[in-house]
Amino acid sequence: MNNIIAEFFYCVIGVIFILVGLKALNDKTLATRITTALFWFILAFTFIAGPYLPHWVTGACVLIIAVLTAFKRVTQSKSDVPSEETTRSNANKLGYTVFIPALCLALVAVLAATFLPFGANNAIGISAAVALLVVFLITKAPAKSAVTDGSRLMDNVGPVGILPQLLAALGALFTAAGVGTVIANGVSAIIPEGMRIIAVAVYCIGMALFTIIMGNGFAAFSVITVGIGIPFLIMQGANPVVVGALGLTAGYCGTLLTPMAANFNIMPAALLETKNKYVIIKAQAPVAITMLFVHIVLMYILAF
Amino acid sequence: MEALKLIGVVIVIVGFILKRDTIATVVVAGVVTGLVAGMTVMDILNTLGRSFITQRTATLFVLTLPVIGISERYGLKDKAVDFIRGIKNATTGRIIALYQSIRTVAAAFSLRLGGHPQFVRPLINPMAQGAAVAKFGKIDEKTEDTIKGYSAAGENFGNFFAQNCFMGASGTLLIVSTLVEQGYEVNALQIATMSIPIAVVSVLVGWVHAILLDRKLAATYQGKEG
Repeated sequence: MNNIIAEFFYCVIGVIFILVGLKALNDKTLATRITTALFWFILAFTFIAGPYLPHWVTGACVLIIAVLTAFKRVTQSKSDVPSEETTRSNANKLGYTVFIPALCLALVAVLAATFLPFGANNAIGISAAVALLVVFLITKAPAKSAVTDGSRLMDNVGPVGILPQLLAALGALFTAAGVGTVIANGVSAIIPEGMRIIAVAVYCIGMALFTIIMGNGFAAFSVITVGIGIPFLIMQGANPVVVGALGLTAGYCGTLLTPMAANFNIMPAALLETKNKYVIIKAQAPVAITMLFVHIVLMYILAF
Repeated sequence: MEALKLIGVVIVIVGFILKRDTIATVVVAGVVTGLVAGMTVMDILNTLGRSFITQRTATLFVLTLPVIGISERYGLKDKAVDFIRGIKNATTGRIIALYQSIRTVAAAFSLRLGGHPQFVRPLINPMAQGAAVAKFGKIDEKTEDTIKGYSAAGENFGNFFAQNCFMGASGTLLIVSTLVEQGYEVNALQIATMSIPIAVVSVLVGWVHAILLDRKLAATYQGKEG
């Protein structure tokens, strides 16, 4: 039953992808309209039909998707972006009630996960449906807004929206290839047997360092969790929920420190026209280091 | 040569440093790692396909986009601006800390406020600079830069440390997907709940950070208040 509901929600996501593809096809000014549409259609295909086909078909689809993005053949098409006047006059009409749908999104998800028997993943879909109903009631928006604004935002997020999914899949490939074992063997030299606090520190600091190098906490998460988090913490009895939740934010401490995370640290400096382009990193450094320390202490206390 | 299997990790690092396409980098890293480890092409495609299907959870956040998109059209950002403009009698540090706190709550409720371009540049930085000028008369260029840095930092703190409190956040879903793939049955509600403590700590640390900025400014411009 829960699986059927989940597959239904994945089909809805597939439909959203198809809409983004159609939006690209309809944008005659877009040079890459065919390949962009192809990207979204293939992605939709894996979401809708993937589970019923041999797995290598989906694997091949992922390769094609990667080729399309590698050659920059996937770009944003023209969107119906609301003007400042529109949002301002709507805001004046609605007032602070405009926050209610978003609050519903979060609260209904928690309530549905706690009290309904459909599982936490399906709770997200359920909350999205309820919040959509609420947003229509409050804004009295035309029904097509769900399509135009939904596909506008998805197009805005773009191909990197599937990055978390792809990185989790990469983690699986790494595990199958034995990468985790290699990292674990290397790390076991610096973690003395039974020293949990050292293991926690190595995991958190490793996550931050890896993020500093790559500028991306998501990528660091799958590598370091497979290589260090699971063998040295979870398999030693640490609570996986605590290790996972604090592991990713420990990585974000690294994001605060690195010019590699240009979107957060360098581009905003340009936007603010600072004299020194590293002033944001400089301002963040004491907090990042404090937070990393807090992560280590908190993970040690909560996980064991 | 066991260490050769780390080639995938090297590819990811080099690809990201050279700013190559992220998706392509990740896929190439996976495929090369598989080949080095002696998997056949069919093995690799099957593993990649199977895990890509089971990891669809990580993309569930897409379901929330229509609601956020419509809310934006109906003035979500404008009302957030109104709310922050309402702050009275604030110092530089307090404005930044308050913005960080609001940003934290917004992130926990998955509101996409738009960050640096929509808030920090047009609103938070001018307000923070204005508060310093009002208090100390004139400020120098270096101080201006510092305030800009702190304003942008407040945005990052609020955004990073609270987003996983939302069950449908892509980070939360990545954590779930990764752990489930490795055989640990965790769910998004558990991860979101366990992300609350660090979000709370980040707000406290942010306030201390901002109050120290106020003190630093006061020390620099001591006796020049006007």
